[in-house]
Amino acid sequence: MKLEVLGTGCAKCKTLLENVKKAVEISGKEAEIVKVEDIPSIMKYGVMSTPALVKDGTVLFSGKLATPEEIAGLL
Amino acid sequence: MLKQFADFITFSLLALAPGSHLGEALNFFIYDTIKIFLLLTTIIFVVAIIRSSFPPERTKRILSHNREYVGNVMAALLGIVTPFCSCSAVPLFIGFVESGVPLGVTFSFLISSPMVNEVALIMLWGMFGWKIALIYVGTGLLVAIVSGIVIGRLKMEKYVQDYVWEMQVGQQEIEQLTFRDKLVYARDYTRDLLKKIWPYVVIGVGIGAFIHGYVPQDFLARWAGRDNPFAVPVAVALGVPLYSNAAGVIPIVSALTQKGMAIGTVLAFMMAVTALSLPEAIILSNVLKRRLLLTFFGIVATAIVFVGYLFNIIL
Repeated sequence: MKLEVLGTGCAKCKTLLENVKKAVEISGKEAEIVKVEDIPSIMKYGVMSTPALVKDGTVLFSGKLATPEEIAGLL
Repeated sequence: MLKQFADFITFSLLALAPGSHLGEALNFFIYDTIKIFLLLTTIIFVVAIIRSSFPPERTKRILSHNREYVGNVMAALLGIVTPFCSCSAVPLFIGFVESGVPLGVTFSFLISSPMVNEVALIMLWGMFGWKIALIYVGTGLLVAIVSGIVIGRLKMEKYVQDYVWEMQVGQQEIEQLTFRDKLVYARDYTRDLLKKIWPYVVIGVGIGAFIHGYVPQDFLARWAGRDNPFAVPVAVALGVPLYSNAAGVIPIVSALTQKGMAIGTVLAFMMAVTALSLPEAIILSNVLKRRLLLTFFGIVATAIVFVGYLFNIIL
């Protein structure tokens, strides 16, 4: 699966990226993790509050910082 | 209750003399920090529950059906309840204008959202009483509504960065939250916010307590009193670089008021701290051309200075 962390570079966005990496380890699944920082790509998903997490083109959540455990549950 | 507790610690337990510099400063510090943190925890939690019902996607949908005047009023009011962080200002701005929210209405939201927020409200309530807090909310909304209408009238759409109009914006589903989800959201939100602002509150109250105990009465009356016509614009100019520290700034200005700073000047200063920030201007320059950015700052600053003068006259 492909996971995209959307965020323009705020502190929360960086933490989310770390949490996503941990979540993938916890879940034991194969995933490609990408950090998306350019505005047009973020807007394509209609996300108005960052950070957000996208899984295979679907927005899982936006505007919040989820814990690795929460994210693992969504994968 | 709190007063007795603060008195007990300072005057009985530590045996400091009432009226002494250190005694008064410490008493003030204990009383105010406890009071502020109690208020912050309760009110942020309640506001967060309300907020969880107004994600920006819903606010955008409501506003895209509204035009001038009604739209500006709605935008300013929704600015209070929609969660906003300046780091999301760009996607939010693009999401709004792309879905047909008029530029002036978008600005009413962008002005009200950071300015009329629960932290500023709680701090003002705790340090100045509910009347000043309500006046701040009322005039803050008015500044947002009027500035938005003026910007809308100036027809400055061409000073929005061109790429904004060409962008493809996707639709996002609005999450349906159960009441349990909302409580969890509110708990996390309160915890995160408190974690972020507590050092500012403690430092702010600490400096405030020092001023309270050590700075002579009427020290500021000559410079920041209502008779000095330059006090308001200078306060607004000083407020711009002090972004995001509403939690720390309010206890300080509260102490300064007791030393003779006029209340209209205080309100203007607070509004400048929250509504006009340098980092936000830099972020917004991604979507606004210089001319619109300067117009936005100019109009809001003028409105705030006007509010300051008005309350220096009538209060």
